[in-house]
Formats: sequence, structure tokens, C-alpha cells
Amino acid sequence: MKITLTVNGEEFPLDVEPRRVLADVLREDCRLTGTHLGCEHGVCGACGVLVDGEAVRSCLILAVQCDGSSVRTVEGLAGPDGEPSALQRAFSAEHALQCGFCTPGFLMVATGALEADPTLGDDPDRIEDLVRSNLCRCTGYEPIRRAITRAAQEARQLAP
Amino acid sequence: MKPAAFDYVAPRTVAEAVDALGTGGRRAQVLAGGQSLILEMRLERIRPDLVVDINRIPALDELRVRDGTLRVGALVRHRAFESAHAVPGPLGALFARAVGNIAHPPIRARGTMVGSVAWAHPASEWCAIAVALDADVEMAGPRGARNLAAGDFFQGPLKTAGQPGELITSVRYPLLGDDTGVGFVEHRRTHFCFAQVAAAAALTARGGVISEARIGLVNCADRPLRAHAAEAALTGVEIGPPLDGYRLPENHPFARAGRIAAERDAAPVAEPYADLEYRGHAIAVVVARTLCQAASDQRSRARALEGESR
Ligand SMILES: Cc1cc2nc3c(=O)[nH]c(=O)nc-3n(C[C@H](O)[C@H](O)[C@H](O)COP(=O)(O)OP(=O)(O)OC[C@H]3O[C@@H](n4cnc5c(N)ncnc54)[C@H](O)[C@@H]3O)c2cc1C
Ligand code: FES
Ligand code: FES
Repeated sequence: MKITLTVNGEEFPLDVEPRRVLADVLREDCRLTGTHLGCEHGVCGACGVLVDGEAVRSCLILAVQCDGSSVRTVEGLAGPDGEPSALQRAFSAEHALQCGFCTPGFLMVATGALEADPTLGDDPDRIEDLVRSNLCRCTGYEPIRRAITRAAQEARQLAP
Repeated sequence: MKPAAFDYVAPRTVAEAVDALGTGGRRAQVLAGGQSLILEMRLERIRPDLVVDINRIPALDELRVRDGTLRVGALVRHRAFESAHAVPGPLGALFARAVGNIAHPPIRARGTMVGSVAWAHPASEWCAIAVALDADVEMAGPRGARNLAAGDFFQGPLKTAGQPGELITSVRYPLLGDDTGVGFVEHRRTHFCFAQVAAAAALTARGGVISEARIGLVNCADRPLRAHAAEAALTGVEIGPPLDGYRLPENHPFARAGRIAAERDAAPVAEPYADLEYRGHAIAVVVARTLCQAASDQRSRARALEGESR
């Protein structure tokens, strides 16, 4: 089936079988391997991307469902000159990654939430809910919570 | 595993979807949020020939209140219920208490309430609430539209009275009045698990006396249940003062109702980490706690009503 995905601003005209999930198409057809696959059951969150601004599990959505949509992956977070996003800088500052396998998923779920609502940092329960969305086997979660909180506080200061 | 090959259509109207589902002899499957279906297709427990994606049917995402009835369209996502104000009155509060237990934000952004009803998992929060509140399941099929009471719709684990070729267009709930208090309590092993046991309760009281109790049981049988015997034991009981502490006295009416729910209403199935004795105990405790929460909600709503009338 012929579909068009806009991934990180770039248009990809693709011909994909309906059975293929978005994660596989991003990794194999668009060659964007920053989106990781862990469980492929919706549990771990490593495959998190934004579809039309919303954080989803790309292992549980078919690529054909996303025809005409705009997708953002971890590769799209950095600025044009390669400068990491505020959230990426916060992850680095707070040591919120060790092996890094889970990191793209956490970055995308938190980016989606922060962009949808810059006041996120006011509500520790909502940050908690985001941190609980994904699995990390290295960090013990606390540094991830700190990093998201730090970025949220920065976003709050910048918000009008 | 990757899903096996299938054909895919994305109709724009309910009529087109029903037509597609009825295309002779092929196994067709509705795709709503896909948060259960795509997983089942990966596990090859479901292997459709045709997937009918309803996400591009604009009419289905409506959440509407009319004449005291809430109508939830087939594309209303779990997330829509996270705010207690999305739905008026105590019903909105009940949905908001329940929804936080369903998976996590990215799953709630895609998965739908109606999809959960269609899927009919015994541990689904929405299914038990639908049964407890006498919701109506509205379906469109090759022979036209029909309605079925939630109590008759669920027939076993992942089994419903829905026929192949039928599309659920909405689920309808009667709104709850302000004399009703609600509670929802869930027990599970980890945040990523489905409920081991959960309960929903709606207690209506007049003058401090319970006039109607509704209790829905999650994962307490092979299907969602309404705890009729426990409900009957509560009518006419005083809603009583708030209780301190976590453990209820043995002879408290809510503790008794919990035991009745466990012994007479529930028909639990043993699971790894939860044999029948454990499950029975957990059901009694969870139901009693849910009733305490509903009673406390009822008292604060009653106080707010008194305040208004003064
Ligand atoms: C990690 C994880 C954790 C989860 N935890 C929970 C949990 O704690 N509690 C819980 O209740 N659920 C949980 N779920 C399941 C989730 O809530 C699903 O969203 C829900 O079960 C199905 O809704 P859906 O819209 O995604 O339906 P889909 O996956 O699209 O469909 C499910 C089934 O219903 C059928 N169907 C869907 N809509 C219709 C319709 N309108 N008419 C006819 N048939 C239809 C489909 O054909 C399919 O057979 C979890 C899922 C995941 C991946
Ligand atoms: S790979 Fe998608 S949630 Fe684990
Ligand atoms: S950093 Fe290794 S899994 Fe999270």
C-alpha cells in the first residue's frame, strides 16, 4: 500500500505491507534506527514516538494507519546545528541514562507531554505517570524523574 | 512476532465499515485503538484476513450527554476520561478514578473505552463499570442497528454477544445523580499488570440511608460481574460516619458486603500468584475499601448539596 509519512519534517513516500508496524517502517524503510524495539508488546516503551504530536507505542500502530501523519522520532529532537534539546541536555546533566536503550522512548514520551502542556512541571504526579510509562533496567528511574522535572521547570520559566 | 499478512481498509462512514466487515466468508476484524488487537495479531491469537480501521470515521469520536444519558462513541480514547469533568456529576468522577489504572499515558492516548468493551477482557475496568451501571451497547450490523444491555453482552473471557460483522458504535450510560457517591479501588502486582482484583461502586443515599448500591467486580470471574447479593445487603444500611484507619471492623456493613461479594457473587478463577483462597480474601477487602471510598464521596456530595440549598 502506498502511503506518505512526514518524519522529522522530511517526506517519505513509501510502499508498505499493511502488516508492518510503524516502528519497523521507521527503522527499516526510513533508516531511522534511533527508535528502539524491546518487548514489541506495548509494555516497555522503548519504541515511543510522536504521531501528530501525541506519544504512542510505535510497535502497536500500523504504518498504514499513519498515512498522511507527521511523525517525530528521537532523531528529530536536536536543533538544526545538532544542538541537543533542553530535555536531552537535562538527561545528560542528571545522568538519566546508562546503556541508553530506553532513552529514545523516555525522551519522546516526555517531549510530547511537555510540548502539549508546559505547566507539566507543576504536577509531580503527572511526571510520575510519565516515568512509569516506560521501563528502564539501568537507572532506577530517579535520575529520569529528575531530568524530566528539570526540563519541565525550564519550560515553565520560558512559557509566557 | 510480526502480524501475519492481511488486507486493510479505512472506511469513512459506519455504513461502509459494516459493508466491509460483512464481505463474505473472510475473517474481518475492527481496528480501534489497536492496543489489544495488534498485540493479539503479533501473538497470532487473532489472524484476520481483513482489518477494518475505523479511525477515519469522523462521527465515532463523539462524547455526548442528552436526556440524562452519556453516549460514548467508538473512537473516544481512554484518555478523554482522565479529567473528572469530562463527564458530568459522579459518573465523571468514577471514570476518572478508574482510568488511571488502565495501562499508562501512551496506551490511554490510543485505546478506546468501546474497544475495551468489545474486547471483553475479564480484568477490564470499563467492562465491570458498564455492567454495574446497566450501560447499553449499541451496535450496527448487516441487519441494522441493535442495543444490548451490558449484563447480557459479556459471555465469558473475550466472549460477547456481538456477532461477526457487527460494529459497536457506542456505549451508553445513565448519568448518576448528585446523591450518589462513587468509588474505584484496584489491586495488582505491578503497574504494568492488569488488575488482579478491582471493584467499582456507586452508593445512592437519601437522608444518610443507602437506597441503592451498585457494585461492579473486575477480574472476579470469567467475565465482568455485578455483585447483586452484596448490593442487596447494603440497601437500607446507614452510610455512617467516616472511618479511621485502614482495617474495617469485622461486623461493619461494608466488610460484610465485601465478604458476601467474595462468597456469593464472585466466581474467581485461580491465577499464578493468586490461588482461590487469596483471591477470595482480596475481593472481600477490595470491595469493602471501594464502599468506604464511595461512602466518603457520597457524604461530601451530600454536604455540598446541603450547602447549596442553605
Ligand atoms: C501494556 C498494556 C497494558 C494494558 N493495561 C490494561 C489495563 O490495565 N486494563 C484494561 O482494561 N486494558 C488494558 N490494556 C488494553 C487497552 O486498554 C486496550 O486499549 C483495550 O483493551 C482495547 O481497546 P482498543 O481501542 O485499543 O481496541 P483494539 O485493540 O483496536 O480492539 C480490541 C478488540 O475489540 C474489537 N473492537 C474494537 N473496537 C470495536 C468496535 N467498535 N466494534 C466491534 N469490535 C471492536 C477488535 O476487533 C479487537 O478484537 C493494556 C494494553 C497494553 C498494551
Ligand atoms: S517495543 Fe513497543 S512498547 Fe516495548
Ligand atoms: S538506561 Fe539502560 S535501560 Fe534505561
